[in-house]
Amino acid sequence: MGALAGVRPRAVRSFRLDRRYLPVLGTLVVLVLMLAVGGGRYDGFVSGRVISNLFLNNAHLVVLAVGMTFVILTGGIDLSVGAVVALSGIVAAVSFQAGLPAAVVIPLVVLVGSVIGLLVGVMVHVFGVQPFVASLAAMFLARGLCYVLAPESVPIRDESFVALSSWSVQFGDGWRVTSAVVIALVTLAVAVWVLQRTRFGRTVYAIGGGEQSARLMGLPVARTTVLVYVVSGTCAGIGGLLFAMYSRSGYSLTGVGMELDAIAAVVIGGTLLTGGTGFVAGSLLGVLVLGLIQTIITFEGTLSSWWTRIVIGALVLVFVVLQRGLMGRRTT
Amino acid sequence: MHDNEAVVELRGITVEFPGVRALDGVDLTLRRGEVHALMGENGAGKSTLIKALTGVYTPTSGRVVVAGSPVAFTGPADAQASGVSTVYQEVNLAPNLTVAENIMLGNEPRRFGAIDVRAMRRRAAELLARLDVHVDPASSLGAHSLAVQQLVAICRALVVDCKVLVLDEPTSSLDAGEVEKLFTVMRTLRDDGVAILFVSHFLEQIYAISDRMTILRNGRLVGEYRTADLPRRELVHLMIGSSFEDLEKLGDAPRREQAAADGAEPLFQAVALGRKGSIRPFDLDVHAGEVVGLAGLLGSGRTELSRLLTGTDRADAGKVLLDGRPVRLATPRAALRRKIAYSSEDRKAEGLVGDLTVRENIVLALQADRGWLRRLPARTVDEIVDRYIAALDIRPANPAALVRNLSGGNQQKVLLARWLATAPRLLVLDEPTRGIDVGAKAEIQRLVAQLAADGMAVVFVSAELEEVLRLSHRVAVLRDRVKVGELVNSDDVHLGDVVDLIASGEAS
Repeated sequence: MGALAGVRPRAVRSFRLDRRYLPVLGTLVVLVLMLAVGGGRYDGFVSGRVISNLFLNNAHLVVLAVGMTFVILTGGIDLSVGAVVALSGIVAAVSFQAGLPAAVVIPLVVLVGSVIGLLVGVMVHVFGVQPFVASLAAMFLARGLCYVLAPESVPIRDESFVALSSWSVQFGDGWRVTSAVVIALVTLAVAVWVLQRTRFGRTVYAIGGGEQSARLMGLPVARTTVLVYVVSGTCAGIGGLLFAMYSRSGYSLTGVGMELDAIAAVVIGGTLLTGGTGFVAGSLLGVLVLGLIQTIITFEGTLSSWWTRIVIGALVLVFVVLQRGLMGRRTT
Repeated sequence: MHDNEAVVELRGITVEFPGVRALDGVDLTLRRGEVHALMGENGAGKSTLIKALTGVYTPTSGRVVVAGSPVAFTGPADAQASGVSTVYQEVNLAPNLTVAENIMLGNEPRRFGAIDVRAMRRRAAELLARLDVHVDPASSLGAHSLAVQQLVAICRALVVDCKVLVLDEPTSSLDAGEVEKLFTVMRTLRDDGVAILFVSHFLEQIYAISDRMTILRNGRLVGEYRTADLPRRELVHLMIGSSFEDLEKLGDAPRREQAAADGAEPLFQAVALGRKGSIRPFDLDVHAGEVVGLAGLLGSGRTELSRLLTGTDRADAGKVLLDGRPVRLATPRAALRRKIAYSSEDRKAEGLVGDLTVRENIVLALQADRGWLRRLPARTVDEIVDRYIAALDIRPANPAALVRNLSGGNQQKVLLARWLATAPRLLVLDEPTRGIDVGAKAEIQRLVAQLAADGMAVVFVSAELEEVLRLSHRVAVLRDRVKVGELVNSDDVHLGDVVDLIASGEAS
């Protein structure tokens, strides 16, 4: 104790400064614990192959969670992303079937997401519709359009697209990075930069801190609110693309409930649903936690996969309660 | 003192809301290097005028001239770009961001499209230093006191070339030292040639800092005066107009008679009534026709006691006797059944429904008491509403006006009307005069005195000891959630006696 006394004031100060990072740190601790427990229980759990697959299988979810983080930071919610994933996958498959080149299809698919996001944003901002309701409407719209375009699963056989999706780099003992993982991580990096270092990003935080205040501070609240949904929609478009690369098809039932996974990942990643506090990096950790739960249950072998859902539910609950505690202390 | 050059000229500004004309042809001139006070009671139109200047509201008619050219700001951002910055009463910043970000947001130095965080913190630090505020620009704003946040808000106003600084009641939550600090900052800015518009309820502060003032009353311009030429008494007179005489009369009004002969049975008795963690068990008698005041400092348990009397909080010790018979007041509804009404201190959250009309708010309790299936006939409602609007002089005298558009004093009267409409035998008023202007305060005090004279038992809670002492026949004194004593009010009981009791906990 005596030896520690000298450094204590500094430690206390940095702890106070880092309070905003506490939830993210909590998620990181959970992730490390899960890895440790898994590694202790199963052979070959903490290996390049398992961790690479974690990223591979969840690349689309990472992108969705990134977009969702923007929306939730402003205090909104976007329920349409799962349906947009399906829609953009189908648009990709149908366009390829019609013989369009990948160079046209890929931007088109992302644009579909942006347009639906814009729609939600306009409904939320211009018509003052609750984000929940506006994005619910967009969800039904996108899902409905899926069936209009193609009720059955449509395979993707375009050569350049297949080539892109099967591109991967192997290194070390079982480590593998695919194009999807690269795209997801680049999206993440861009999102971190936008949120932390641009006016748009800081305005997103300010709106989450208090929309009325942001308005009185003279910040472009209207534009930012709309843009946030465009970002989320665009991310959903990219996510749809990644999912299409993963499944090499477009199917109208893809991504049912995926928006809820994205929201769960964001919440577990330490972003407050009331807005204003949270980090994109936390959402990445959230996605990894979700993926790891699945992996553990697969490794366990005897458990039904529905246990994944139960564990996720319990975890979300624990994190929300923890955040409440944190918020409570802040207000006093 | 010669007249400095005018930076802002508002001419004939009229602002209307549905059912309310908030401003009617008001002029305002702000000059370079002057502190200009905007004076008026609550509801006089001060906030509306500021919002008309900064583009939050668009005036129905009139013109705004800034630096010689007519403008029509579309919002605070637009106004700030033209050099008109505003700091509001409630600090409107983002507590989740850093001090530096709050100062610079929207004007951050950028490099290659990205915010240059280091340059931003440096610039913020310069501005903080200019105002002599010593906080770390990288710290989170929410971690600082309200006073510091207020000063940060002023820093924010200075980021752009600020010609006009509007301070809307910046001092209401600051202590004396903090106010002095703010004034130092204001003087510095004034000497730099900034025109400052200052709103405050504290006359002392107005006389300490302002060079000139514009007085508003009921949305109309009373006039513009040099502070040095206008004695305080005259200022108060101009602000409240005719009701001033009423206020003067009030001094001796309620003390006329000592009501309730000592031998008479009390209407209401609390015997060892208490609640854990809320207030220690206490005894309190209230007679018909008597005003019992509750005095004590903030947090002494005034509100907690009132809530126990009225069943708003459930007591876990003691009993309540009504007409000498024990009754159980488990809920406010049960209390209301027994004609005990409670008017909460938090009229926005626990009193009025802002989105309902005056009429609906007034009959709310009466209707609830009848049950929702037996609607009050429209004619009865009209009669009741018209009677109370007239009796309490609620303005505007429009039953269809939305309560949230009314001034604080008028809102309080609507709330009072609601409880009076239930014809209570015991009325508990928790801070009915807080945050309302002098004129409305006088009216409410007179009304309380009148109600007691008509035989109602009233428990009156106020943070202002003078007011409690002036109105009450008896004063119960609270300290640290314990009832420490009771004073029978007479001419030789003075403020000092109550203060002594609060301070010592023993009757002197």
